Amino acid sequence: MPDFLLEIGCEEIPARMIDSASLELRERVHTLLDRERLVPAGALTYLDTPRRLAVLAASIPAAQPDVVEHVLGPSVSVAFKDGQPTPAAHAFARKAGVDVSHLQRTATPKGEYLSAKITKKGRSAAEILGESLPKEIASIYWPKNMYWRKPSERFVRPVRWLVAMLDAEVIPLEFDGVRAGNQSRGHRILADGSVSIPRGGAPYIEALERAKVLSRGQREKQIRKTLDAATRTIPGARWRDDKSLLDTVVNLTEWPSAILGGFDPEFLELPEEVLVTVMRDHQKYFAVEDSRGSLSPHFLAVLNTDGDPGGIIRHGHERVLRARFNDARFFWQTDQKHPLRERTAWLKNVTFQKDLGSYYDKVLRVQRVCSWLCEKIRQGGIAVRPGVVHKAALLAKTDLTTELVKEFTELQGIVGGLYARVQELDPDMKADAREAVAIAIYDHYKPASMEDSVPRTVEGAVLSITDKVDSIAGMFALGLQPTGSKDPFALRRQANGIVKTIAEHKLPISLSQLFKDAREAYRGSAAATAKLAPAVDYGSAVKHFLRERLEFYLGNTLGFRYDVVRAVLAADADDVVDAVARAQAVKGVLHMPEFQAIAAACKRMRNLLKQAKETGIEPAAKFQPLPDSADEERSLAAYVETYAPRVETHRQKKEYQEALFLLSTAREPVDAFFDKVMVMVDDERIRTNRLALLQALLKEFSTIADFSEVVTEGTESQESSKQ
Amino acid sequence: MPPTKSNPLTFQELSLRLQTFWAERGCILQQPYDVEVGAGTMAPETFLRVLGPQPHKVAYVQPSRRPADGRYGENPNRLFKHMQLQVILKPPPENVQELYLESLGATGIDLRQHDIKFEEDNWESPTLGAWGIGWQVMLDGLEITQFTYFQQCGGVDLDPISAELTYGLERISSFLQDKDSIYDVVWARDPETNRITTYGDVRLADELQFSAYNFEVADADFLWRHFELYELECKRLIDGYEMAKRSPASEMVRTGLKGLVDATGKPIALKRYPLLAAYDLCLKCSHLFNILDARGAISVTERVAVIARVRALAVGIARAFVDQQRGESATEVEDEPVLPKKVKKRAEVEPTTA
Repeated sequence: MPDFLLEIGCEEIPARMIDSASLELRERVHTLLDRERLVPAGALTYLDTPRRLAVLAASIPAAQPDVVEHVLGPSVSVAFKDGQPTPAAHAFARKAGVDVSHLQRTATPKGEYLSAKITKKGRSAAEILGESLPKEIASIYWPKNMYWRKPSERFVRPVRWLVAMLDAEVIPLEFDGVRAGNQSRGHRILADGSVSIPRGGAPYIEALERAKVLSRGQREKQIRKTLDAATRTIPGARWRDDKSLLDTVVNLTEWPSAILGGFDPEFLELPEEVLVTVMRDHQKYFAVEDSRGSLSPHFLAVLNTDGDPGGIIRHGHERVLRARFNDARFFWQTDQKHPLRERTAWLKNVTFQKDLGSYYDKVLRVQRVCSWLCEKIRQGGIAVRPGVVHKAALLAKTDLTTELVKEFTELQGIVGGLYARVQELDPDMKADAREAVAIAIYDHYKPASMEDSVPRTVEGAVLSITDKVDSIAGMFALGLQPTGSKDPFALRRQANGIVKTIAEHKLPISLSQLFKDAREAYRGSAAATAKLAPAVDYGSAVKHFLRERLEFYLGNTLGFRYDVVRAVLAADADDVVDAVARAQAVKGVLHMPEFQAIAAACKRMRNLLKQAKETGIEPAAKFQPLPDSADEERSLAAYVETYAPRVETHRQKKEYQEALFLLSTAREPVDAFFDKVMVMVDDERIRTNRLALLQALLKEFSTIADFSEVVTEGTESQESSKQ
Repeated sequence: MPPTKSNPLTFQELSLRLQTFWAERGCILQQPYDVEVGAGTMAPETFLRVLGPQPHKVAYVQPSRRPADGRYGENPNRLFKHMQLQVILKPPPENVQELYLESLGATGIDLRQHDIKFEEDNWESPTLGAWGIGWQVMLDGLEITQFTYFQQCGGVDLDPISAELTYGLERISSFLQDKDSIYDVVWARDPETNRITTYGDVRLADELQFSAYNFEVADADFLWRHFELYELECKRLIDGYEMAKRSPASEMVRTGLKGLVDATGKPIALKRYPLLAAYDLCLKCSHLFNILDARGAISVTERVAVIARVRALAVGIARAFVDQQRGESATEVEDEPVLPKKVKKRAEVEPTTA
């Protein structure tokens, strides 16, 4: 069985796209081999570099196995008249490719039928692959495609060669005018011209290695090794591990090595954030720290070559970094000429969104919402300094006008925080308040993702939440909410950040009120009123949107089961902290057999009430013990009467676990009721009375979570996961 | 440690070497375009020549003015005006990357001793309605070239595609000469006296004076008026292109198209229709916009709108230019163009310019 190899040779593929495209190609080949019954006996492996995507499948069948099909023909009674084959029999024999005398007979429930075995010859692997692979190659998803010749296929960058082989044989195929062969190419500089590939499997990997091309795994190992070796030359130093940077440089190289360079220690006066951003984001260098964890005046650059014996490359990198740092220092100094407090007015000239006015307008809105929010948080018993929030809100966006942020946009917020720390913000402001303002500004874009931490202080949290709420409220009011996969303003990410921040700071905030306040803050602004959509849509759109974000947070971030999430949010989805507490409590009791039973009972109650409603039967206003009430009915009613107030007391105190434990004792009377009592009886008086009882009971159960949403054993989850 | 040989190229030698390299590979050597542009891409040798089907290979140095980047000669790496060496290969040969690397060799860079990477960097010019896909070429951590496969220009999908190589001559030169400041780069060395002329000797005065003019002195109202006048004349030529083809032009049109149609309303010959002049006017607008922007005379809200105005000119010219080229090639094939056929050809232009 031959080994299969496909290598797509390409001009440099963007580093960020290689991993997912390589995975997709593997999956496509896997599916293709599966579908075509060419399943490899060995492993499916790969090799990808900036200049190639390769898939290798060990030992695939040289051809599809022949398939024997048993086909039924006409019934014997139709196929033979007087022992002689009829035209129907002959036609079937022709179709089956055999003589009439070789046809078989098969008994079926409908009688005896003619049948035949048809052998379908399997096609050769080369033929199938030659035909299908170009389509698979063309179907690979790229975030950005291009033409290099027209009319032609689009691909991420021009395809320059193809290797497609079964053992030593070339598979005849063509993609966009490039014919597959057995000639690959090695490292751009370190290897000369083309590389003959003897066959797939290990010989391919070895041929490339001789031509200075390593696999992803080898490159990562090599980079780590050379980074370690270079760092060891400074006693006590460590390089700062950085997964995403490492991924980038792995995908920028075919034969990597690392070098250590240095910079003037004077630059260490600049904030570390600035230095690291220049090194990491702009130059793709790793930062180096000393044994105490502070930045050392060194950097590590990953090269796509085998070393730098003369220090020529290091010299070049040091030169570039020096210029970059000089620029940063220049911007830092220039920016100090106009302190942040002067820049607030400048924000009038910075557009936030064309229909929502300038950043200055935004600042005013954010300040208003912040002060409302501070008041509520205070009432909820959490200490917050409104003066700090107010000042931080005023200055938070001013760094958008600084040269440093114009140059390093990824440092927005951080630069504002750093500047606030070293500048006089207000003659009367005490040093500790200034520090608090600086921290709030510094953190106010956080969390950048669900993995990122939330703002460190309550003041930072309030500012961060309000800033994001203002953006979402404005966009929704314009009707620019995210749809499907489209979320150009990253509103989902911002809303996720709001939820996470509220949850982790345990802030007593009503989401609906918060968004109402934010919408309210837009009132009166001239630009806004003209463009904003009616408020009715706003309320329901925001509610739906936030509900999804809460589901995402509870399910994906905190890892609660989805039925638990739905049950909890069905009861209430307005208070994040409370929803988390209830989810915790429900999770804690879910394993109890009592709750499995109660969940089943809740579903039953809900269905009964739904049926009744659909047939126009209204429950009685309140349950009344009747002379002909069943015993089980009475004891359940008594249970509700006794326990409901006690459950409610716990619930009020947010002692959800206790409340649920108490509810678990309902299992017995509930089970007894459903065992013995028929609800939908003909007697209307009794029926409506029983429905009233169930309604009261269901309400009792549903205040913490809607247990009818919980998936019990034996029932299937309707949706196993949801974004 | 110096990066290369002991005797690196002067700035002018670098420029000559690269031009010679590309001339030897079939490029026409053009001279810098003599209207202010922000990048080599904006010179008509690129912007207009990448349109349409005719193959084209050209190289030229283009002084590129970016008023907002001026630093009064104080920043060692930033300039109001820098020199780009622009190469257009239409269509790109299959070994275009290898050719490019070879050209670096021609400047004395031994790639075996350096680290070269092609890092994703796509190019887009909202003012030109143009974009492309490509890389920034990094040499030992320094961006030395922008390498782009143009996809669209003036809103027109390109066919064939052109490859554009834009070398940053100042960067490459200060790399070769190992200078921390552009102004210290040796521009020329007199072979007889060995006397050195630096980049600063040649260019510092421009940086000082144009920084002052662009940031402090320029009269915004005056420049706005210029902008509007250039725009008006440019629009007249663009709109007139379609109108003038509708022969004979009506009386009203004739007044507006003074010079573009004769007294009887007959339009001037297609190949004489001055779209190239229209493009010069568009470049003027673009440059005036850049000065106004540097001067702080354009608010952020206005900015988007003004960019859209310049783009409208560029897109209008690109469309008309493609049409004009088609018309010309059609007349080359047939002495007497049959009218219905010509109309059909024009109709074909429309869908490509969405």
